[in-house]
Amino acid sequence: MLTATVIVLASFLYVGLLFAIAYYGDKRADAGRSIIANPYIYALSLAVYCTSWTFYGSVGRAATSGIGFLPIYLGPTLMAALWWYVLVKIVRISKANRITSIADFVASRYGKSQLLGGLVTVIAVLGIVPYIALQLKAISTSFSITLNYPEVVMPSQVGAPLFIGDNTFYIAMLLAAFTILFGTRHLDATERHEGLVAAIAFESVVKLLAFMAVGVFVTYVMYDGFGDIFHRAQSVPDLSGLLMLGGAGGNYTTWASLTFVSMLAIMFLPRQFQVAVVENVDERHVAKAVWLFPLYLLAINVFVLPIALGGLLHFPAGRVDADTFVLTLPISEQQPMLALFVFIGGLSAATGMVIVETIALSTMVCNDLVMPVLLRWKALRLTERRDLSALLLGIRRGAIVMVLVLGYLYFYLAGEAYALVSIGLISFTAVAQFAPAIIGGIYWKGGTRLGAVWGLAAGFFVWLYTLLLPSFAKSGWLPIIFLSEGIFGIDLLRPQNLFGLSGLDEITHCLFWSLLANIGCYVGISLAHRPGAAEHSQATLFVDALKQTSGAGSQFWRGRASVDELTDLLGRFLGPYRAREALRAYAVERGIASIDALPADAALVHHVESLLAGAIGSASARVMVASVVQEEPLRLDEVLQIIDEASQALAHSRELEQKSRELESATNELRAANRRLQELDRLKDDFISTVTHELRTPLTSIRAFSEILHDNPQLDIEQRARFLGVIIKESERLTRLINQVLDLAKMESGNAEWQTTELDVGEVIDDAVTSVSQLYKDNHVALEVEVSDALPRVVADRDRLLQVLLNLLSNAVKFCATAGGHVRISARRAGPLLRVDVIDNGMGISPADQEVIFEKFRQAGDTLTQKPAGSGLGLAISKQIVEHFGGRLWVTSTPGAGATFSFSLPGKDERGPHVHAPAERAVAAGR
Amino acid sequence: MARRILIAEDEPSIVLSLEFLLSEAGHEVFTATTGADALKLAQERKPDLIVLDVMLPVVNGFEVCRTLRADPDLRGTRILMLTARGREQEVARGLALGANAYITKPFGTRELMKVVEDLLKGEASDRPGRQ
Repeated sequence: MLTATVIVLASFLYVGLLFAIAYYGDKRADAGRSIIANPYIYALSLAVYCTSWTFYGSVGRAATSGIGFLPIYLGPTLMAALWWYVLVKIVRISKANRITSIADFVASRYGKSQLLGGLVTVIAVLGIVPYIALQLKAISTSFSITLNYPEVVMPSQVGAPLFIGDNTFYIAMLLAAFTILFGTRHLDATERHEGLVAAIAFESVVKLLAFMAVGVFVTYVMYDGFGDIFHRAQSVPDLSGLLMLGGAGGNYTTWASLTFVSMLAIMFLPRQFQVAVVENVDERHVAKAVWLFPLYLLAINVFVLPIALGGLLHFPAGRVDADTFVLTLPISEQQPMLALFVFIGGLSAATGMVIVETIALSTMVCNDLVMPVLLRWKALRLTERRDLSALLLGIRRGAIVMVLVLGYLYFYLAGEAYALVSIGLISFTAVAQFAPAIIGGIYWKGGTRLGAVWGLAAGFFVWLYTLLLPSFAKSGWLPIIFLSEGIFGIDLLRPQNLFGLSGLDEITHCLFWSLLANIGCYVGISLAHRPGAAEHSQATLFVDALKQTSGAGSQFWRGRASVDELTDLLGRFLGPYRAREALRAYAVERGIASIDALPADAALVHHVESLLAGAIGSASARVMVASVVQEEPLRLDEVLQIIDEASQALAHSRELEQKSRELESATNELRAANRRLQELDRLKDDFISTVTHELRTPLTSIRAFSEILHDNPQLDIEQRARFLGVIIKESERLTRLINQVLDLAKMESGNAEWQTTELDVGEVIDDAVTSVSQLYKDNHVALEVEVSDALPRVVADRDRLLQVLLNLLSNAVKFCATAGGHVRISARRAGPLLRVDVIDNGMGISPADQEVIFEKFRQAGDTLTQKPAGSGLGLAISKQIVEHFGGRLWVTSTPGAGATFSFSLPGKDERGPHVHAPAERAVAAGR
Repeated sequence: MARRILIAEDEPSIVLSLEFLLSEAGHEVFTATTGADALKLAQERKPDLIVLDVMLPVVNGFEVCRTLRADPDLRGTRILMLTARGREQEVARGLALGANAYITKPFGTRELMKVVEDLLKGEASDRPGRQ
């Protein structure tokens, strides 16, 4: 009934279903609606830890060691409790640094060392090969057994051909094909495979259900429950020992070491790192996994002992391999569907492991082993190739095939001698070698690259010598002498009794020596020398990962880059489309419109490096980026220099700030000056327009009357005389005005000619008085002169001084041109100065007017009904003249009580009063 | 035809010349020497033409012009602006305020009389007089 066709068909259908789930998962991931962003899926994916070893091998182990199968599950349960600290830290570090595999993690921690990455990869591959062989063995054995339904036949490997004709080889190749399909359809910068995780979670459920199905069947159908089985087992002497610790169940040391090694395995198996760290969507999922995963382990182990005991009870001793009880028991009870279901369950467990493990290994091989070598191999000139993504995928696919071939070979060579469990433990001890470097790496900043290299190498070598090679010897591929007498016959170097240590099972023995060598070298060599700057910064990043709030990245970086070159570089490894997409997302994150606007700064370079690390590993990414960006490695003194420069820059900027403030105030001053100039300009314009107006006014009359006289010959003599008089008067007015304007202009611009001599002011006053006497007589105003004797002599221009006196005197007469008007002019000494006053008793000048009369064209009483005589320039000119000689001109007046115009001039230095004729004279005024 | 003309100008000599010219042409002439007086006389005597100097004391020529134009009774009165400043802004301002023509000082007597006759004939209301 269960023919080969049926079994094969069922297998293909199942794998097809897995593939469909994976495809759907990837599609949803691309659409942004991930189906795996869920702590339950995460915890289920962690159950990839349970392989066909769990499915078949636990029962087998239980059959010989009773509850001695448990430590392998106790370990992870205990470790889960510590996940809170350890796993979360590793996840956070990995996300921040875009770690894509365990080799990448180690390499990155120790200064992005390609050597270390390569070493970890080699250890991982060699260490996992036996484990893969184990799965192949399980599949092929279970296939054969199921095929022999309804008979229970133990398959034999003896005589099986190598490769062609060997079913196991076909299985291996099929698995390779599945793996390639699942994991290498394209390159993802983050190495995440959402579809795969979904499929693995599903597969975990299937194997759990299958195991529980057969467990329920055996316990409740074949027997009458737990109590029944245990009761029966106790009555059989051989079996009763299985139920006790310390009996055939193994001693305490074995338990301890097995628990310990599986604690390490749950962290450091490449497939576990892949699903727990790389595929982790949200570090908060770890919290749920802490209890969900142990729960799963409990569920899948509940029926192990009953099945084992049931099988031992059911089958005659030694006939049926205990590893196969889960399958052979249903077969012997004529349950084809259950048997098929169990087969599928076992297949599920095996394929899940193989796919995930192989993908993880191929990533490491590609990124950390092959690519570094190829990139350095100048002959290939890979750095110049445009698109390397195809090459990368090809390398990964090749690695997958290679790993499976190696697995097959190991199976062929050594699989026979060992029970499944033992093979698995060989792998566990291998990955345990990563523990010192990784755990030390995340908690101890002092761990150095050299220490890690030597530690790993030493541990690996010891593992090789004490466990792997003996496994070949036990299968007959190496002389057995080697085991019993050590290499070169040295007794102390017997592989499984190194240095005379005996009494330990081989796992414990290997674990002891390998970890001793590993930790010893790691700690010793790390302490012996100091880490480099790059290593130290990475160490800080890793150890302080939980303390950091901002993203990782080397803050100290110096180099030059161009966005184009970086995009190009990224495109070569990710493919141009994906590269642009990734950079576009980054630009959006930073709020920048387009890729071209991205600044080529340290942040961008770091981001590109991270993206690249996803494709080729962080160590190679470092090399590639460094080649594109002209980068300069920083030493401590350079860092100090940068800080120094920064503080100098700060000081400079403060200086600049101050300068700019000064500049601002200078600008403000300039603005004010400009405004003043503009005002002066406006005043000048006003002056010009006023002058124009003043000039045109007399001109108007002159012209008008000239024309009138010309056109009207019939005018009588009186009118003619009158009009001509106007013409003459206005011409004089015009002349006067022009002279004054020119005068003033010359004086103000400094172009006036001054004839400066020593003067007797009294004499000048006499002249002035004589000139105005007629005017005063005409206006019936009295003029009094009071000139003192002791006048200081003055240095001035005589004509100008005369001009001032005339101006003041004529003003005075204008402003008191009423009967009883009286003007007095006095001159006297006032200290070192000569003081002249012109006092009138006219209407006075209002305070408002007092301020403006000295201005050009301003006259007192502008707003009076009568337009005042004069041009308005007289006082302005007088003021200029007086001030030119260092004097002052001012007015004092009370409205209604006359006005006093005064000026003072500095006297020339005198020894004594100058002899002068008596000054007092009165001019009789005509009445 | 004899018209009534108001001269608003504060320079006595110019007043004298304008009075002569306009009287010789047969018109009735009266004078105001301040802006306020000009407004008063304009409202009282309702002249046909006002010869208005811009630079008047108390109330300047522009204000007078604006006020006159605001008065509906005086809408028909022609206004001839006299200005010593020939700048475009002054002219434009005056015309905008409602003056019918302007003439700059010093003016030619013939030009002045032509503009006056044109204004009194009622033809030159839109075209500004030119010196």
